[in-house]
Amino acid sequence: MAALINVPAKARRGDIIEIRTLTSHIMETGFRHTADGKLVPRDIITSFTCRYNGTEIFRADLFPAIAANLYLSFFTVAKESGKFEFEWIGDNGYSSTASASIIVE
Amino acid sequence: MPTTRRQFLSLAGGVTVAGAVPIVTLRPLEATPAMLNAAIRNVVGEAQIRSGRVKLDIPPLVENGNTVPMTVSVASAMTADDHVKSIHVFNEKNPQPNIGNFYLSPSSGRAQVSTRIRLADTQKVVAIARLSDDTFWQIAAEIVVTLAACTEEMN
Repeated sequence: MAALINVPAKARRGDIIEIRTLTSHIMETGFRHTADGKLVPRDIITSFTCRYNGTEIFRADLFPAIAANLYLSFFTVAKESGKFEFEWIGDNGYSSTASASIIVE
Repeated sequence: MPTTRRQFLSLAGGVTVAGAVPIVTLRPLEATPAMLNAAIRNVVGEAQIRSGRVKLDIPPLVENGNTVPMTVSVASAMTADDHVKSIHVFNEKNPQPNIGNFYLSPSSGRAQVSTRIRLADTQKVVAIARLSDDTFWQIAAEIVVTLAACTEEMN
């Protein structure tokens, strides 16, 4: 599995919940050289989006200064039961998605 | 004149002291403070940037610049009228001045973002928050890095 998602399974309406995501990705900066002097081409995740029942709640533009295996944690208000969808987009056509569901009482 | 043992030792001692200051490391690829300012102006425009409200939680001394945990939080009620629109993080001496832009909304509930970053040198990290009234607030932190990231050779 390429991504680890941590979303509480249940929450009370109006609770502020933390969402944590971890994706395995090399996040090559494009500034490193091999021992024989060749530049290693950049390969990073450039964008992350989280949607809650279709509405965007969090987005990030990412740069080579983000560490390998992108970790992001952010918050949202639990409004209704449903689904969180996560999307990572990166260099060389990289694209990955994941989802998690929540029950709001 | 041949170097005497005493001269050699005092020189070696001097190098060790200088070696403790990581700025001595010559690295042609690095963002200058001018690039940092340009990157900040790119986001902020001509608006005034005030100090405060933003909190940057990052270790003051890191052994490995390849993965540095960082949390940015902003004191905000996160209501429709008063919330944080975005958080922008910059560095001074990596090859590129940008670290990340994070876009929030009133439905975030809490203006706080955590991630892990790379730092190529001992340097300053700046976090800027854009509020819903289009004011900008910033905080800077100095971080000492003993093992640099980003530009090292691959094995």
